[in-house]
Amino acid sequence: MTLLEVNDLAVEFNTPEGFVRAVKGIGFTVERGRTLGIVGESGSGKSVTSLAVMGLHRGAEVTGSVRFEGTELLGAPEETVRKLRGRRMAMIFQDALTSLHPYFTIGDQIAEAYREHHGGTRKAALARAVEVLGDVGIPEPARRAREHPHQFSGGMRQRAMIALALSCEPDLIIADEPTTALDVTVQAQVLELLMKIQQDRGLGIIMITHDLGVIARVADDVLVMYGGSAAEQAPADTLFTAPRHPYTRGLLDSLPRLDAEDGEALRSIPGSPPSLLNPPAGCAFHPRCPVYAATPSPLCTGERPLLRQVAAGHQSACLLDGVTV
Amino acid sequence: MNGVDRMTVADGGTAGIAGTALLTVRDLGMTFPGPRGTLRRKAGIKAVDGVSFDVRPGETLGLVGESGCGKSTTGRMLVRLLDPTAGRVDFRGKDITRTGQRELRPLRSKLQMIFQDPFASLNPRQTVQQIIAAPLRAQGAAPAAIRREVRDLVGLVGLAPEHLERYPHQFSGGQAQRIGIARALATRPELVVADEPVSALDVSIQAQIVGLMERLQRELGVAYVFIAHDLAVVKHISHRVAVMYLGRIVEIGDKHEVYGNPAHPYTKALLSAVPLPDPAAERVRERIVLLGDPPSPANPPGGCTFHPRCAKAQDICRTEPPLLQITTAGGGRQAACHFPEA
Repeated sequence: MTLLEVNDLAVEFNTPEGFVRAVKGIGFTVERGRTLGIVGESGSGKSVTSLAVMGLHRGAEVTGSVRFEGTELLGAPEETVRKLRGRRMAMIFQDALTSLHPYFTIGDQIAEAYREHHGGTRKAALARAVEVLGDVGIPEPARRAREHPHQFSGGMRQRAMIALALSCEPDLIIADEPTTALDVTVQAQVLELLMKIQQDRGLGIIMITHDLGVIARVADDVLVMYGGSAAEQAPADTLFTAPRHPYTRGLLDSLPRLDAEDGEALRSIPGSPPSLLNPPAGCAFHPRCPVYAATPSPLCTGERPLLRQVAAGHQSACLLDGVTV
Repeated sequence: MNGVDRMTVADGGTAGIAGTALLTVRDLGMTFPGPRGTLRRKAGIKAVDGVSFDVRPGETLGLVGESGCGKSTTGRMLVRLLDPTAGRVDFRGKDITRTGQRELRPLRSKLQMIFQDPFASLNPRQTVQQIIAAPLRAQGAAPAAIRREVRDLVGLVGLAPEHLERYPHQFSGGQAQRIGIARALATRPELVVADEPVSALDVSIQAQIVGLMERLQRELGVAYVFIAHDLAVVKHISHRVAVMYLGRIVEIGDKHEVYGNPAHPYTKALLSAVPLPDPAAERVRERIVLLGDPPSPANPPGGCTFHPRCAKAQDICRTEPPLLQITTAGGGRQAACHFPEA
């Protein structure tokens, strides 16, 4: 059975500045042992999506369907979601320092999460905490479990967060920019760790990031988001070698690369990502789109384009797909 | 192509020919006072230690390294936002490290800075017109000339004249950074120190700002010290690159040499840690995964400060700090390693 199946997910909420449609009907699946990368820039809706899947969207209107092993989570009683969250699906955030409580020791925090779902004695839960801290490569886990978050370095804190997420042996991990705050050498360690854990335990992972390099490193499948919608969805290899959506192509062209030939100018995308308060009509990308600029079409300013099959396993939400400039 | 003599640029080291360098940095050091102890202050923290390099007119020197390596502290000392505790900085042949603020003023116009967070570095109560005019007013320019100049500058950085009466919060991050660049360029500087100027921006906007900075360098001949942690951005924009680790330069040279054939094990590990946007290459790539975190500058390891994380470390690395010197890897590039890659 598919581990996670999301269909037509939409998230809307009110802000002091006005009504925001942050996610406008996206869908994806995550299988055991596989990693779905969700990539997008600020305001693309990638983080809101992950919060909605976890049922952590306070005060937002969420519609559509989120099924975890066939169980519908949207509209389900809070008790059902609470039992799954943390136990079967866990989340890793970007900033470990704000996600961990500064007053309690690392060991206590992991033990508390474990007891919430598994019960048992405090002692047994602490032993479990030491065990998972060891699993994520923290040296002297028994001693470090008695320390507080501020006594951990950035990389160690991120490992502790992964340990917290793993303590209940979840089947799905949603990692929202888990390495963005880390130095590149430490990022390499943390990505390595996540991939090893996935291999050992057959976890499904959703990796949310703005970094196409991280996506290329860990993802099997990729969903590209723009302005709250899915722009393109494809296996990772296809996305990087044969991108179809003008936004994906623009993103790859604008990337300075270590493996680039010398003297290649970056081709930037003009303009800025769209405002969520006042989004453009039709395709959210059309005001910045080179294809639209070359061959303006009323299609692009009419209906919001949906993902369409463009090749086997490859979908793109461009109404001008096939038009070349 | 940038009005830079390529032969000069290719000389990666700090042993530049006197007179050709715009900026000369020698043995620059910054020791921040340590925390107060019971009886006396604890030992200070050496954020920057013995840093030397040259910047030539019209070139870009990239300064890369991880957090805490001292790259931003170095940048701030170059423009005297911080007073160094050791060494000297010569700008256009004049020592600016011990100059009084009054004497410094005429030089300041030629030496400017761009910051990481454009919103934090722009006064929210001033219009774009006022922000960009400020350095010109400080130089005592006439009001009519200032208005004309500000108009030219907003055009130069790709903003429209109607933006002049708006306030910083009305702009996106990329546009705000353009305002910061226009302000830095107002006095026609010869050197701009840019501290992480694109790291707060979305990928698609980063390319716009990098492209803008490159174009301005071609048109105005301005030199940059480009400080960033993103190795790909630095590779793209720089002519020469200095890699810093724990307050010191561990490798410096022409960008093709440093990136193509790194001599220092740290440079090598750093480059191999950057994930490439190419899944097929990522699967087969040889990766040097460094152990642990970068050590704290408050308590640096003895000898070569990189030795606890270095796979090549020998006895001498634990006791003798290596000097930055020309290596057999060739091309005039320098590395601070007892066992550099050949």
